[in-house]
Amino acid sequence: MMAKHSHLKNTVKESFRMAIESIRQNKLRSILTLLGISIGVFSVIGVMTAIRTLESSVNSQLDIFGTNTFMIQKSPAIRIHGGANDKIRKRKNIRYAHYEELKQRAKLPLRVSVADNTQERNIQYKDKRLKKTAELSGVDEWGLRSFKTYLADGRNFMEDDIRFHRNVTILGPDLADILFPFEDPLGKDIQIKGLDYTVIGVTERKGQAFGQSQDYFVMIPISIYIQRFSHRWTSLAINIEAESTELYEKTMDEVIGLMRVIRKVPAGEENDFAIISNEEMMETFAGFTGGIKLFAGAVSVIALLVAGIGIMNIMLVSVTERIKEIGIRKAIGATKRDILTQFLMEAIFLSQFGGIVGVILGIAGGNIVAILLKVPAVVPMDWAFYGMAVCSLIGIGFGIYPAWRAANLDPIESLRFE
Amino acid sequence: MPDLISLQKINRHYDVGGELVRALDGVDLTINHNEYISIMGPSGSGKSTLMNMIGCLDSPTEGIYEFEGELVHEMDDNQLASIRNRKIGFVFQTFNLLPKATALRNVEVPLIYANIPKNDRVEKAKKALIAVGLEERMHHKPNELSGGQRQRVAIARALVNDPSIILADEPTGNLDSKSGVEIMKILDKLHSSGNTIILVTHEEYIADHADRTIHLFDGKIKEDLKTTKRNRVSS
Repeated sequence: MMAKHSHLKNTVKESFRMAIESIRQNKLRSILTLLGISIGVFSVIGVMTAIRTLESSVNSQLDIFGTNTFMIQKSPAIRIHGGANDKIRKRKNIRYAHYEELKQRAKLPLRVSVADNTQERNIQYKDKRLKKTAELSGVDEWGLRSFKTYLADGRNFMEDDIRFHRNVTILGPDLADILFPFEDPLGKDIQIKGLDYTVIGVTERKGQAFGQSQDYFVMIPISIYIQRFSHRWTSLAINIEAESTELYEKTMDEVIGLMRVIRKVPAGEENDFAIISNEEMMETFAGFTGGIKLFAGAVSVIALLVAGIGIMNIMLVSVTERIKEIGIRKAIGATKRDILTQFLMEAIFLSQFGGIVGVILGIAGGNIVAILLKVPAVVPMDWAFYGMAVCSLIGIGFGIYPAWRAANLDPIESLRFE
Repeated sequence: MPDLISLQKINRHYDVGGELVRALDGVDLTINHNEYISIMGPSGSGKSTLMNMIGCLDSPTEGIYEFEGELVHEMDDNQLASIRNRKIGFVFQTFNLLPKATALRNVEVPLIYANIPKNDRVEKAKKALIAVGLEERMHHKPNELSGGQRQRVAIARALVNDPSIILADEPTGNLDSKSGVEIMKILDKLHSSGNTIILVTHEEYIADHADRTIHLFDGKIKEDLKTTKRNRVSS
């Protein structure tokens, strides 16, 4: 048993050495063969690495709502499949009255709040103006909580601010920096679309998501927002927080049921509104990446198949070129298995080497996405491992026939071969 | 101690396009330890087939082949490979070295298949190369060696596993006369140190190195003679 084992080790070591020699002898040919494998592996590892960086960054950024919170609005947050867009556009807008009725009738939610936003550039303080359009949100006293935003300074909106249409505002830190580079913004009046608003608070800095600042916004009470910024297409978003994780599903069921009643959706027809939650967004995104993964997988399978045929071709040539060598080796005592191992090792070595190159290039290429998205680089060890395993399989699968042919050559004929 | 080699009624027939070719036809031959034999005969007489048969590269169609008591005619491919590796050293007319490997590496190859560990392997290979006077050229590749030197590498490779016989097929056929003489000197020396040697040749003066000459004709042994040693170079 030991002897057999060390014999195998010897043969493998020897074959490995011969594989390297043979590859060195035929550099160009070997490189071209390697390239096939490398491209196949590169495509799968590259796409998987890119998707993984995307996933890790997107999943953290899609986590925008507070705990046990979901949102109802007219259209879904991520729209991937076309076609249904028309249907969504024809839905009734969600109006303030809908929100009020829901708030009044719903028993389970901890809170029901309302919000909407638009883009606004006409914001100034004395001679300081915005160069870039900012996000303007109309919210109620729960606006901050709905989007996991915290105050750095000042106070939140109060119910009375909403009820009495008070001209007050909370600034995102980027906006505060631009309008008040040397002053404390609290208590100062800024102009938004020509109307004065008193700054009552500044939020904490959140940083970037998807390469964009999350701190470049301004909030005003929803009541004023509706007065001054709504138009015929304005559709509000209703934010609902359940009392606990246990009650989350039940709360959602109740809210959906009530919304259908309020908006008079006939039984049997689908909801004319979208429910958006962290989970829902992540699922949608996962479905999207799943499609890409499948496609990349299919492309890679084809690429690797072509590469495998390339390896088989090269190995057949290699066997023909070395018929004499095979004859010599057999004459001095090589068994069929020795010859088989030698040529199989060469095929495996070729594909493995190509695989390593592909994995390295793939991880590097995939991480360019990470650099572009400014998220930490990812090394998908599992995919690298699968890639190498597949390469071994290709080496064995496409190397076995040439190796078998070499092993079964007749020693006398081979020795006579010139 | 059994005979080294015993062939009894060996037939080797081929079917070439429906025609039966009797390459060996009822050959009986016994070879003892430390014999020095030459096999002669015109082209097509069955010399090569007999040598392949003795060298366990080929199996008889019919007949009994015993090698030191082992029944070669019953062996499968792996057993044949093993007996070639352990008991037979080949020296070919065209040297048949691995062109991309150094002399040392070439001599190592039989030991790799014999599963000898690396250190012993290199040591034994070096010893064999020293025995044929190539200690200076161990790390040269075949294309950096002269014909005579290449054949000496081949002899070292044949020797390295301490085989029971050395089978030399026209060992001087591709060499100039001076190198040929040197090679025959080495073979003579190997014989006098106890090795069994079988030469296949069609040159009388080469055959005369042997103690016994077997003449083949049409696949049959025509003559089996003790010969004089007039050409033997005394050391």
